[in-house]
Amino acid sequence: MLADSVSRFIDADYDFERRQKFAASDSGYSESMWQTFAELGWTAVPFAESDGGLDGGPIELMLMMEQFGRGLVVEPYLANIVLAGGILRRIADDAQKARWMQPLIEGELQATLAFAEPQNRFDVANVMTTARKDGECYLLNGKKSFVLNGDRAGLIIVPARTSGDQRDEAGISLFAVPGDTDGLSRQGYATVDGLRAAELALNDVRVTAECLLGQEDDGFATLASVVDEATLAVSAEAMGIMQKMHDKTVEYTKSRVQFGVPISSFQALQHRMVDTLMLCEQSRSLLYWSVMLADAADPQAKKAISALKYQVGTAGAKVAQEAVQLHGGMGVTWDLDIAHYFKRITAIDLMFGNSDHHLDRFIASEA
Amino acid sequence: MNIDLTAEELAFRDEVRQFLAEKYPEDIRRKRIEGIPLEKDDMVRWQKVLNEQGWFAVNWPVEYGGTGWTPIQKYLFAIELAEVNAPPIVAFGVKMVAPIIYTFGNEEQKQRFLPDILASNVWWCQGYSEPGSGSDLASLSMRADRDGDHYIVNGTKTWTTLGQYADWIFCLVRTSSDVARRQEGISFLLIDMTTPGVSVNPIITIEGDHEVNEVHFDNVSVPVENLVGEEGKGWTYGKVLLQHERTNIAGVANSQYRLARLKEKCAQSVHGGEPLINDRNFARKIAALEIELKALEYTELRTLASVAVGNAPGPESSFLKIRGTEIQQSLDALMMEAAGYFALPYVPNQYDFDFPVEDRIGYGSETATSLRYFNNRKASIYGGSNEIQKNIIAKHVLGL
Repeated sequence: MLADSVSRFIDADYDFERRQKFAASDSGYSESMWQTFAELGWTAVPFAESDGGLDGGPIELMLMMEQFGRGLVVEPYLANIVLAGGILRRIADDAQKARWMQPLIEGELQATLAFAEPQNRFDVANVMTTARKDGECYLLNGKKSFVLNGDRAGLIIVPARTSGDQRDEAGISLFAVPGDTDGLSRQGYATVDGLRAAELALNDVRVTAECLLGQEDDGFATLASVVDEATLAVSAEAMGIMQKMHDKTVEYTKSRVQFGVPISSFQALQHRMVDTLMLCEQSRSLLYWSVMLADAADPQAKKAISALKYQVGTAGAKVAQEAVQLHGGMGVTWDLDIAHYFKRITAIDLMFGNSDHHLDRFIASEA
Repeated sequence: MNIDLTAEELAFRDEVRQFLAEKYPEDIRRKRIEGIPLEKDDMVRWQKVLNEQGWFAVNWPVEYGGTGWTPIQKYLFAIELAEVNAPPIVAFGVKMVAPIIYTFGNEEQKQRFLPDILASNVWWCQGYSEPGSGSDLASLSMRADRDGDHYIVNGTKTWTTLGQYADWIFCLVRTSSDVARRQEGISFLLIDMTTPGVSVNPIITIEGDHEVNEVHFDNVSVPVENLVGEEGKGWTYGKVLLQHERTNIAGVANSQYRLARLKEKCAQSVHGGEPLINDRNFARKIAALEIELKALEYTELRTLASVAVGNAPGPESSFLKIRGTEIQQSLDALMMEAAGYFALPYVPNQYDFDFPVEDRIGYGSETATSLRYFNNRKASIYGGSNEIQKNIIAKHVLGL
């Protein structure tokens, strides 16, 4: 149901030309499109019914994200709903839910989670940003990198260290920082895959105790769980991209004539497209497997997500490179959608840990 | 380099080093290191510096202004240029059309065109590919119909690199369809870009740059004296040129330079993080690439040695093209991977970014890594795609 409706929407209302127009606008996405997402209930999907949500889980998330990948959607679903929403629905208290989660679900608040710091590469436990108790308030200091949707977000969830050493999992607390708080400065930029992000600097950013989400020192498990879910989400998005690139390439080779015949008739190219088909199918199998484990809250889910992220990183790069190569010069032009699918799937490999990172995590979870 | 150099060769290398230390413009050097695109003036200026030294037309015969260097000297020169990350020479004039002109052109053409190429006074571009003729170049359909002492040219050329700067274009054109083999109806024609009927439309590439163009010819009148060699022999001339293009394409010295920079960067702490070389996965990938590059370096040297004893560069140039571009692309991917999140901001020109230098995103050109990775997927497509190169090797080396 959900997959069909998102899929139909992408086909009817989200063609490549519109996507390019949204991406090139000042905000980097379409505000009216975001309102439509909210009206269709998509922004409510993962939240509990009691919170005004639709009680969706990993399966619904996967179905939507795959379609968003297929349509190269630039609206900040990941930053708002998966990342910021993921934190809020896990640990926000009633007052915090009313203040931030309700407007988020209704499409009235833009939000994000600042999961990266300049030095931490893909290790979300590596947090140097500090939060020091000052009377009834906390003072936050530090830097955050590559904050998705960070240039416009009215709410930024900031992991900060309230105790422990730089790499300790214990001692990380999560703060809801309103975007207009004094001492918060942002440097917004476009990303190579057509999205928007920002570098943040926090200089004595003062927030009240009501902005602490969950328990002090105890934010890491929530942070890690949300980042895992986001990893699953971008992997599903990558699946949609990979499939689209493969399908379009097969079609293109049937229509491109060289040496008097369609280039699809060359065995050397046929074998390569068979290879990319198998890469897509293997990736899809791991996607379904890890979504099932995540849906069942299975303890193996974390390992499965690493297997999946490794797979979509390596297979995705191969499928994308082959798609560009088989499109020839056209494949590296701005006007053809293939180029933009290529950039997005490349960026996904660099998010939440690349293939190497997740291969290591897979090995570590064997123990 | 571990091969034994003679005293003369070592002295030559020192001379090149001294020249580069003194004459390589500082502003161009800085742009290259920070990954800022060069402008036309930068490229021309650098080529003029080389020419003043007599080191621009490295491969030309001495009588036309070439160096007369041995293959080893040329090799050493390329290494030294790469060591300082000098801009690549814009190949279309000096490396592409000039050899055709001095090999197949008449005296008048040599005198008319070669001096301005040598002095970088005239910018050339290449008119080979057409929208319907990429890998199957011999199917090209741009027509040049004889009308008295002129040809009337109609058609479209595409992927014309830096054609927006060009004063002249050299084209493969169809002068006859009434031939047994379609290759026999192709001629090599030089066209002044200012001739009425020539128009240039930009093609924006994947990373957002204007690097290539489509060039349209609408009843363009070209004097017959601009035909190089014989009518109908253009394909033969063009093939010679493509073999030159393919040896130029390997880019071993440039890959060595970039590999060294990657290793340096990975040995350091970047943004206060752990040095990446401590990650065994990454260290292994760098090592594997270094081994492959070392092999290609010696493959190229073996080719040079063979050319030095009088053999023409042949199908083995296809080998250099395939492996050379694959290595370049693997390097692009590793550099981007090393940059991590810092590869993702889209900053085409870092000087447009108004932010304190120490906080500048992509300081040290990390952001340029992804743009380079995207753009350089072209390397396995241009100059005859790598698939076409494998066909050439299968046919001419394996005899299949």
